[in-house]
Parts: sequence; C-alpha cells; structure tokens
Amino acid sequence: MISREEIRTIANNGIWKQNTSIVQILGLCPLLAVTTNAVNGIMLSLATIIVMALSNVAVASLRNFIPHEIRIPVFILIVAALVTVVDLLFNANLHELYLVLGIFIPLIVTNCIVLARVESFAAKNPPLQSTFDGVFMGIGMLWTLAVLGAMRELLGSGTLLGGIDMVFPSIQPIQLLPESYPGFLLALLPPGAFILLGCMIAWKNWMDARAAEKAKRKPPVPAEVFGCN
Amino acid sequence: MTANPRTFTAPGMAARTAAILFVFVIIFTALLSGAYQWTKPAIEASAAEEKMKLVDEVLPRSEYDNKLLEDTIALPATAELGLAEPSKLYIARRAGQPVAMIFEAVAPDGYAGKIRLIVAVRNDGAVAGVRATQHKETPGLGDYIEVKKDKNKQRPWITQFTGLSLADVGEREWRVKKDGGRIDYHAGATVTPRAVTKAVIKAVLWANAQRDRLYATPSKGARP
Repeated sequence: MISREEIRTIANNGIWKQNTSIVQILGLCPLLAVTTNAVNGIMLSLATIIVMALSNVAVASLRNFIPHEIRIPVFILIVAALVTVVDLLFNANLHELYLVLGIFIPLIVTNCIVLARVESFAAKNPPLQSTFDGVFMGIGMLWTLAVLGAMRELLGSGTLLGGIDMVFPSIQPIQLLPESYPGFLLALLPPGAFILLGCMIAWKNWMDARAAEKAKRKPPVPAEVFGCN
Repeated sequence: MTANPRTFTAPGMAARTAAILFVFVIIFTALLSGAYQWTKPAIEASAAEEKMKLVDEVLPRSEYDNKLLEDTIALPATAELGLAEPSKLYIARRAGQPVAMIFEAVAPDGYAGKIRLIVAVRNDGAVAGVRATQHKETPGLGDYIEVKKDKNKQRPWITQFTGLSLADVGEREWRVKKDGGRIDYHAGATVTPRAVTKAVIKAVLWANAQRDRLYATPSKGARP
C-alpha cells in the first residue's frame, strides 16, 4: 500500500523538485515544437500523463522478470507497445477525443521523459507508487508547458487559448493584446521557446534559493517579525 | 531482480537473456496484434463515417437508398479530372436506379498547388454539390473555397455550383465574373476560384460524356 507521506513526496518531486521540463530538462523536442500555445501544451501533457501512468505500472509490475542487462530494450518495447495500444484504443473508442489528442500521441514516442521515469522510478518501485509517479510527473509537465505555451502565445500573437475551439467548439480564443499587435515571431519559433524556458528555469532556481536562504536564516527570537518580501 | 542461486557461464547467460527478451517480444507483439484486431472494426467504422460526412455535404441522404460507400467503380488515372492516380467513383441509387455519381476531381492550377475536390453530379447533368477536401491556398485569402473557412456562412462561395447545370447555363458562363462568367469571386484572390471553377466544369463535362458507360459498368456492391 501507499502512505499519505509517500504520495506527498512523489507529488512534490513530480510537480516541483524534479519537474521534467525545468529541472530534468527532458523531452525538449516535443516541448519546443508544441508549446506555441497553451492548449497544445496541455493536450500533449494530458496524453503523456496517460502513457506515463500506464508504462510505469506495466514496468513496475514486470520489474522482477526483467534482467538488468537488457532492461533498456525491454522498456522501449513496453513503452512503444503501450503508446501504440493507447493510440488504437483512443481511435476506436473515443474518436472525438482522438481527433483532438491523436496527433500528440505519436509525439510521445520522441519524449524521453517516459523512458527516464520507467528507468529511474518504476524499475525500482512497486506498481502503485509508480503510477502516482507517472501521473505527478505528467502534472508537473502540464503546468510547465501550459505556462510556457501561454507566454509564447501572448508574446507571439497576443492571444490566449488559441486553438481551444478545436477542443471545445463553443469557446473562442481570447484576444488579450489589441488587434493591431504586430506579433513577435521569435516567441513562436523554437529559439523563443529556449529563451523563455531559460527564464522559467532561472525563476525556479531563484525561488529555491530564496526558500533555502529563509530556512537557513532562522529567526533568533521567535517573536521578531521579518519584513514581508 | 530475484536472487539466483545458480551461476551461469557466459554463453548460458547470453542464451538466458536472449530467451527472456524473446518472451517479452512475443508477449507485446501479441498484445499489439490483439489490440489492432479488436479495434479494427471500430476504426474502420469511424473512417467510413468521416467519409459519409463529406458525402452528405454534396448529396443529401434522402436522395438515395443504397450503401453508397460499397457501390463503387474503380477509376483509372483520368486526365480530364486531373487525377494522376487511380480513384473511386461512388454511385448513388434509389430503388436500384442510379441517380447521381460522386467522384474526386483535382484542380491542378491553384495558387499554391493542387486543390482536391469532391463533386456530385446528378443524372440530368446538374451539380448536386462540390466541396474542397484538400488544398494549400493562402489562409485568409484564397481559402474561402473551404466552407469552414468562408466568412459568408449563409451562402459559402463553393455552394454557388449547387444546382448549376449545362442545360441552363452555357459552358462559357462557367467562369469567374472577371473572365466574363457568372461565378462570384473575392477581390484579391482570383486564381483560386478560377482553378476550382475550371475543375468543376471539366468534371461536369466528363460526367455527362461518361455517364452511360459508367452506369453500364457493373459496380462492386450493386444488387443483381
């Protein structure tokens, strides 16, 4: 079974401490290609969550049967087979959703996050923990890609939620900057994604450094109030 | 990684790993082919449904009662239709009698390459409907040939062809207005509508010339 404490650690690792995109810097290829708007980033992340949870639980259940020497080919086999099965099942049973998510599922094959989590977590931990790890790593990816996509979209074309009408036909994209905004092409191109991702990593490190500073500088007198910053 | 009391020689170890890898490959290949077989009918059904959605746009379902997607004639590459590769022609029948045919046509001279169309022509030579299925025309300028992109929702540009027949409208009028015909176009993008119009008149001429031969051809799914 799994304790509340364990879930909290796994969640904290996935969402913040070992965030796939801004700490492990994994899966840059789909990240750069897809995050031209927030909706695409969220959709890719949702597809990745499903595949990661499934591949983690499969590898964790089979981990005792996989010889150490050939674990990588076996992991790749499992991940590739699961991605294909998910693709087929989506196409057959959830066709409406498939039309939206479908193009993102094959992209997951180029995403090394799945293999990284299988190798570093699922191969050493029981199935339940591994499932949670897959889901929370995916959620960490989801918020990062959503924020990155939203920034690129806003800077690049001045809109927010572009492409949402593909998912929910009734909702229209929001034009945040005036119509006359000329657009900023760099933000929409891969170099812009690199620069903004760099800014996010810097922000994350700054937050961590500040938290560490605070923890070190314990107040000598508990009653003393620090200026809020 | 269970502790194994036996020690292996190098070849024995290699054979064991190979055997295990082989077992994994068998299991996951079986899983894949199982999933493929199991989902195949549903995937094919939704692909057919997509096709029918397109057909519904050019010919209302109330006008025929046969299984249209199964009632096909194989078309060789046809220069008159701009088709460089073999294609399929669907025959719509009502009570066994053909009422219209639906086929693909390609306008080779779009502003940005080929424009693929689906055309339905009735027995009397009237166009039942035309839709653009694939094109690379300039977004926001020439892409109004696609109903979804056309800003005129009441009467999208491509519906002008609906009901048009050579019996009522002479061949010379099947041109955009700029060339002296009667087909509207949007200023600033004449190449695209001209290409589509040319492809449609060619398709209608071809259909009129070939109708008797095609209706006489036994089709794949026709009832005896």
